[in-house]
Amino acid sequence: MALIQCKNLTLGYDHKKLIEQLSFSVEQGDYLCIVGENGSGKTTLMKALLGLINPIKGSIIRGDGLKPKEIGYLPQQTIVQKDFPASVKEIVLTGCQGRMGLRPFYSKAEKQLAKDNMEKMDITDLANRCYRDLSGGQQQRVLLARALCATQKVLLLDEPVSGLDPKVTEEMYRLISQLNRRDNITVIMITHDIEAAVKYSSHILHIGDSTFFATNKEYQKTDFYKSFAEEKEGI
Amino acid sequence: MVEKLLMYLQYPFVQYALIVGVLIALCSALLGVILVLKRFSFIGDGLSHVAFGAMAIAAVLGISNNMLFVLPVTVICAILLLRTGNNTRIKGDAAIAMISVGALAIGYLLMHLFSTSSNVSGDVCSTLFGSTSILTLTPVEVWLTIGLSVVVLGVFIFYYNTILSVTFDESFAHGTGTKVSLYNLLIAVLIAVIIVIAMNLVGSLLISALVIFPALSAMRVFKSFKGVTVCSAFVSVFCALAGIIISIATSTPVGSTIVAINIFVFLIFYVVGLVKR
Ligand SMILES: Nc1ncnc2c1ncn2[C@@H]1O[C@H](COP(=O)(O)OP(=O)(O)O)[C@@H](O)[C@H]1O
Ligand SMILES: [Mg+2]
Repeated sequence: MALIQCKNLTLGYDHKKLIEQLSFSVEQGDYLCIVGENGSGKTTLMKALLGLINPIKGSIIRGDGLKPKEIGYLPQQTIVQKDFPASVKEIVLTGCQGRMGLRPFYSKAEKQLAKDNMEKMDITDLANRCYRDLSGGQQQRVLLARALCATQKVLLLDEPVSGLDPKVTEEMYRLISQLNRRDNITVIMITHDIEAAVKYSSHILHIGDSTFFATNKEYQKTDFYKSFAEEKEGI
Repeated sequence: MVEKLLMYLQYPFVQYALIVGVLIALCSALLGVILVLKRFSFIGDGLSHVAFGAMAIAAVLGISNNMLFVLPVTVICAILLLRTGNNTRIKGDAAIAMISVGALAIGYLLMHLFSTSSNVSGDVCSTLFGSTSILTLTPVEVWLTIGLSVVVLGVFIFYYNTILSVTFDESFAHGTGTKVSLYNLLIAVLIAVIIVIAMNLVGSLLISALVIFPALSAMRVFKSFKGVTVCSAFVSVFCALAGIIISIATSTPVGSTIVAINIFVFLIFYVVGLVKR
């Protein structure tokens, strides 16, 4: 059974439909990239996968005993976060909220989990620094460590490299790829960067005028990708 | 000078004022941290005007215990305002401004039309800028304030970690299973309660100051959420204590004195923040 399966999904707000009749499934260990124009509904789809908004029609089925709380999420950055006065440690720990239930304070095990994930993201030396004083790349690592505290299984990443310079972007992609391969964490990532999608992902979901779901290999055979690649050559 | 102060401290009304002042300052500072970070600094202003309008209506209707009317109205407005703010920020801003100005105008109009008092502008002035009512508190009011403050403090400490999580990133908290709308509701109710209580202390116009200044001061200097929260609480309590004592000693208006001290402390923290960086 698939980890996440979407059947005939229609998404939108009020009366405006953004995505219609979308079906696809994600297996454990997949690396799915969602590409498409600005405003095509990528973030909306991700929110539906998280259960933050309800689909207009269709269904999202979680398999393999995946609980809603076991999904790690890295949202698009908001202005509130940019100058938030909290230490890195405090923010990574909030990733453990989902598993706390009504217990008000973090346990030893949760503090250790946060520590381990900071180690994994190579931000241990930043633990007591203030989030707002970090560079964009460091901030994304902090948010990734937080997401890892929430999940062992699935990461949902919404444009994790936007606003980062090329070198840091490449590092970020490699880090995510490593989590996917070494720790067998399923990754679903939104990106503008079709090149990176083709380079790292196993599957690609294209949203826009034409919406289609394909494996990486199939995607590279589509007319859309060919014209994209030709244009790229042209430059 | 010191002798005069010690003498004043013997009076129950001064003790009451200090207790209530400290508790309100503490609670408003804690909530202030959340509101400033959520970009809702103006909600204190808006809600205090709503409370002012509600008081005017209560007076016109001849409701004897106006708290029973003012508190529910303010709570409902707080819930509505924080809800609109969730989806679209600009609309939330405009809604706050609209309700704030509207309630102020209607409140004044009603008081002007229906008040039986011979000194309407005096009444309005004392509701807006805080009267000497903090010096005329009854034991019942003091106990009410103590009770509500304990509730606010308890909720804040118990939900501290969740509050941090939701304030920093609503989508993430929601996505990983936190009941975000419940917490927003809780915060809306708490802030409304604090504002209605605080009107006794500084009046409706200066409540915003009580809510935002300590938080802004603390954010200049501290780099962790815990640091900001604790510092904000201390700053607020210090300013309230100092303000009340100075205003008694020099017979200046209580609310304005507290805010003036808050501004002064903010400037100090601002400079310290610059130096530290
Ligand atoms: N809460 C909302 N209510 C109404 N419309 C929304 C809401 N959020 C997003 N939209 C609209 O839905 C469209 C798609 O948004 P989004 O999913 O964020 O696109 P993408 O992430 O692909 O850039 C946009 O036109 C946006 O204006
Ligand atoms: Mg988006």
